[in-house]
Parts: sequence; C-alpha cells; structure tokens
Amino acid sequence: MTPKISLTGVGKTFPVRGGGEFTALSGIDLDVAEGEFLVVVGPSGCGKSTLLDLIGGLTRPTTGRIAIDGAEVTGPALDRAVVFQQYALFPWRTALRNVEFGLEAKGLRRRERAEIARDHLDLVGLSGFEDRYPHELSGGMKQRVAIARSLAYDPGVLLMDEPFAALDAQTRDSLQDELLGIWAKTGKTVVFITHGIDEAVYLGGRVAVLTSRPGRVKEVADIDLGSRDAREDVRSSPEFAAHRHRVWSLLKDEVQTAQRLTVPAPRKEAIHLG
Amino acid sequence: MTTIEKPADAPALASGRRTGPPAWAGTALGVGTATIFLSAVVLIPLGAVLWKGTAQGPAAFWDAITTPDAWAALKLTVIASLLVALINLVMGTLIAWVLVRDSFPGKGLIDLLIDLPFALPTIVAGLVLLALYGADSPLGVSLAYTRAGVVVALLFVTLPFVVRTVQPVLLELDREMEAAAASLGAGPWTIFRRIILPNLVPAMLAGTALAFTRAIAEFGSTVLISGNVPFKTQVAAVHIFGQIESDNTEAAAATSTALLVLSLVFLLAIDLVRRWGSRHG
Ligand SMILES: Nc1ncnc2c1ncn2[C@@H]1O[C@H](COP(=O)(O)OP(=O)(O)O)[C@@H](O)[C@H]1O
Ligand SMILES: [Mg+2]
Repeated sequence: MTPKISLTGVGKTFPVRGGGEFTALSGIDLDVAEGEFLVVVGPSGCGKSTLLDLIGGLTRPTTGRIAIDGAEVTGPALDRAVVFQQYALFPWRTALRNVEFGLEAKGLRRRERAEIARDHLDLVGLSGFEDRYPHELSGGMKQRVAIARSLAYDPGVLLMDEPFAALDAQTRDSLQDELLGIWAKTGKTVVFITHGIDEAVYLGGRVAVLTSRPGRVKEVADIDLGSRDAREDVRSSPEFAAHRHRVWSLLKDEVQTAQRLTVPAPRKEAIHLG
Repeated sequence: MTTIEKPADAPALASGRRTGPPAWAGTALGVGTATIFLSAVVLIPLGAVLWKGTAQGPAAFWDAITTPDAWAALKLTVIASLLVALINLVMGTLIAWVLVRDSFPGKGLIDLLIDLPFALPTIVAGLVLLALYGADSPLGVSLAYTRAGVVVALLFVTLPFVVRTVQPVLLELDREMEAAAASLGAGPWTIFRRIILPNLVPAMLAGTALAFTRAIAEFGSTVLISGNVPFKTQVAAVHIFGQIESDNTEAAAATSTALLVLSLVFLLAIDLVRRWGSRHG
C-alpha cells in the first residue's frame, strides 16, 4: 500500500546572506501511513518547521521527493492543512468567517459555507462564538478556530507546527485530548511538530526524533500506550515513563549538540556559514 | 492586612500601602499638557483664521471664495490634489512593496532617496523642478506655467507619505498569515487582495490623507514652476499670499478657511472609508 505521505532523501538548504548555504534538512526518509498520528520532535532550530512547510508545499525541497498518495507535492493544496503556532487567524474576520476562508477557495455557496463552518466550530467546542473576532478570544480558543479552519475543507492530512506551544499547561492538556478525539472521529493523517517530550509521547503513535544541524531523522520510536480516551491518567503509567525516557535519551544528545553549536562558538559557526 | 479590619468606608489610601499619586493623576497631567500644547500651537491659530475668515458673515465668506480668481485657484488646487493623492496611493504602495518584498541592487539608495522631498526645503524642490522641467528643460519636457507642472511638483513633495506609512506595516506583516492563506487554497492574487490589502488599507488611507492635505496647502514647490498665472496655474496657497500682499486679509482668511474645511472634509471621508473597510474587510 502506498503511504499517505512519503519523503525520500529530502533536503533543504537556504542561501546565506553574503554567499554560501545553510543546510537545514538533509537526507530525510520518512513514510506516514494513512490515518497515522506521527509526532516529530527535535531541538529548537533543527528544521521542524522547515519540514512541515515542505510537506505543506509552502516551500520546495532542494533535494529529494515528497509525495502525498504517491503524487509529488508541487505546492499547497486542499488535500493538506497547516496549523501554525501563532494561529495565523485573519484578525478582521469573525471566527465563522475565518473558518469559511478555505471553503471560499473551494467555491462553495455562502449558505453551505456557513453551515460547514458552524459544524466545525461545534466540533472544536466553540458553538456560540461564531461572531467573535480573534482579539476577543483566548489563545486556546484562537487555536481551536485555527483547527476548525483547517479541518473545514476536509483535507486528508493535518500538519501542525507546535500548535499548543504558546498555551498554558491546562489549556494544552485539554486541547491535546480534544485533538485525539477529533483524530479518532475524523481519521485524518496527522503530522504534529513539538519540542515537548511529554506532548510527543502522549499524542504520537510514532515519534520521529530529529537531529540538529543538519536536521536528519535519528530514530522513529513506536509508542504503544493503547487508547488515550479512557478516563485514566495515562501520563503517570510506567509505560508512559518508559517511552518518555526513551525519547528523552534520544533527544538529550541532540539538544546538547544544538547548544554547543549555538552558544559557545559563534565565531566558528560564522566561518562555516560565511 | 490592616485594610481588612477597617470599615468599608475608610479611605483606602490610609493603609499607607499606596504612597504615590493615584493612577489617574499621571493621565490628567498628560491630557492637560497635551491640550494646552495643542491649543497654543494648533487650535488657537486655527480659531483665529476661522474667525477672521467668517467674521463678515456667511454671505461675505461665500462672496470672497467665489470671486473668479479665488474659485479658479481653489478648483485647481482640489482637483490637482485629488489626482496627486490617488497617484500616490497606487505608486506609494507599489514602491513600499518593492522596497520591502523585493531585493535588487541599489535598494538601500532608493530607500534613502524617498525621504529627499521631506528633507529638501520646498522652495529648493521648486528650483530643482524648474531647472528640470522649465522653459529650457534639459530633458526636452517643458512643464513651466502648466497645470501638469503643478501636479508634478505636488507629486514630488508628497511622494514619501504613502511609502513611509505603508512600509512599516508591510515589514511587520505576519508572514504566517499569508502561509495560512496559501495552505487554505488561496492563490497569489487572492492572498494579495484578501490578506495583504486588508492589512495595508488603514496605512494606505492614512498616507493618502496626509498627501492630500499637504498638497492642497503646498506653496514653495509650486510657486516657481506654475508661474502663478491666475485662472490657469495659480494654486490656492499662492492666491492667499497674493491677497495678503494686496492687503486683502479678509479674502485671504476666507480662502484659508475654505482650505481648512476641505482638509477636514477629506480627513473625515477617509476615516469613514477606513471604518467601513474594517467592518467589511
Ligand atoms: N527562510 C530561511 N532562510 C534562511 N534560514 C532559514 C530559513 N528558514 C529557516 N531557516 C533556518 O533553518 C533552521 C531551521 O529552522 P526551523 O525549521 O524554523 O527550525 P525549528 O522549527 O525546528 O525551530 C534554523 O537554523 C533557521 O535559522
Ligand atoms: Mg519552528
């Protein structure tokens, strides 16, 4: 069976001001199955956002190939949705009109659009907030609107770039549970980026750990914690702790490498990049 | 803790925890200073002009601004300024866009040059324009004593307004918003129209308003190239100057009042457009 998303030998370099190149990602091989919930963790600056932008078609890879359902990605399309850390809502549109945006591109009639948008605001628990503007909503509510906006036009793939990183711990916990609920209900293929180990282990069916500079896939860890929607505290189970420790060990070296590269030796790096 | 035992009507300040002036004191001082400054610098002189311009009653005011030469000067000023504001709206936005989003050699220099019309005394700008487009123009384009010359002079001095109001907004624009729109299926034109433009419109309108109000009052840059031909190229500010020269202060004040009212009407109209836009964006 062809994987839903497949990356083969994907690399991305950025031109550096004053000449030269900076390799953000290199040799990424990764397959994501239909309906899978894949989490990507890595230290800050290792290229997680770059990876997501590539799958979203917002930027093009320098090397390698990215395919959705076997067809090469050449740009953004309505078979994928992106959810950003800072919500990226349109401030002059109400919650409902924000959710309608993707439906407008799809060319649906106004009545139909409003109905679908309403249903999706309901799905993320925001019935009654249709006419609020983004500045009238809390951070958690804004991200719910953004999720509803992404789901509304029914993409097969949901790409999420640290969507809960800016939220307080309680809001994050409840949004994680809601996201798992939505995932179970809709059967979307999810690629979820985070730098939080707990979040990665709690959400992921598999967790891909990225190395830094350049970003490569170090290892993909299988997480088998069973269904999270049972009303018990999965996070305090010994299995959770074991998975957590495994991902933590994989990440520890990378975080140290990333820090070594950024903090004490700026001179050396400048030479490398220049 | 002591405040808890106090009867409810005891003054809260007595607890000694707050020793500074109450929070509103700073605000009151600020508002007071701003009001006095505004009054001295703006409101009182404006009031004097208004009073002088309308002291003879509305009929006299109307007569003063509808004398053929005053009316022609006002008409030319308004039409040329509207035209200039419109051209600036489009070209200023375009220039700001190119300066922020494109990179090309010499960009830094152009960015510096944009402020030149601000830095140059307007009479110097007038001289430069006269040298370029005067009777013996090195470019072979003579705009001396023509209305086109007036428009070019006004364009020159008002160019920076829209550029400099739009540019910072464009720089600060959240690129994720555009990425989000792209991921939601919007093409480049839709992204420009539905995402970028709504973000820019307030700044574009503010810059246009500044350009218009500056243009209708412009004197130095137009006085040389226009040649001040009454009924043809004489703008309102120059006309007012002429009235003062010939000791006709009432007429000068009346024409000034007309300019003032035109400015206010335009600013109000722009504000209405902006409000309408923010509701229907
Ligand atoms: N447009 C760009 N131009 C140059 N360098 C970039 C660009 N985008 C990202 N980078 C660099 O690529 C690296 C990875 O960035 P990013 O994908 O945002 O990391 P992460 O999301 O993991 O924190 C960073 O070092 C960043 O500076
Ligand atoms: Mg990132």
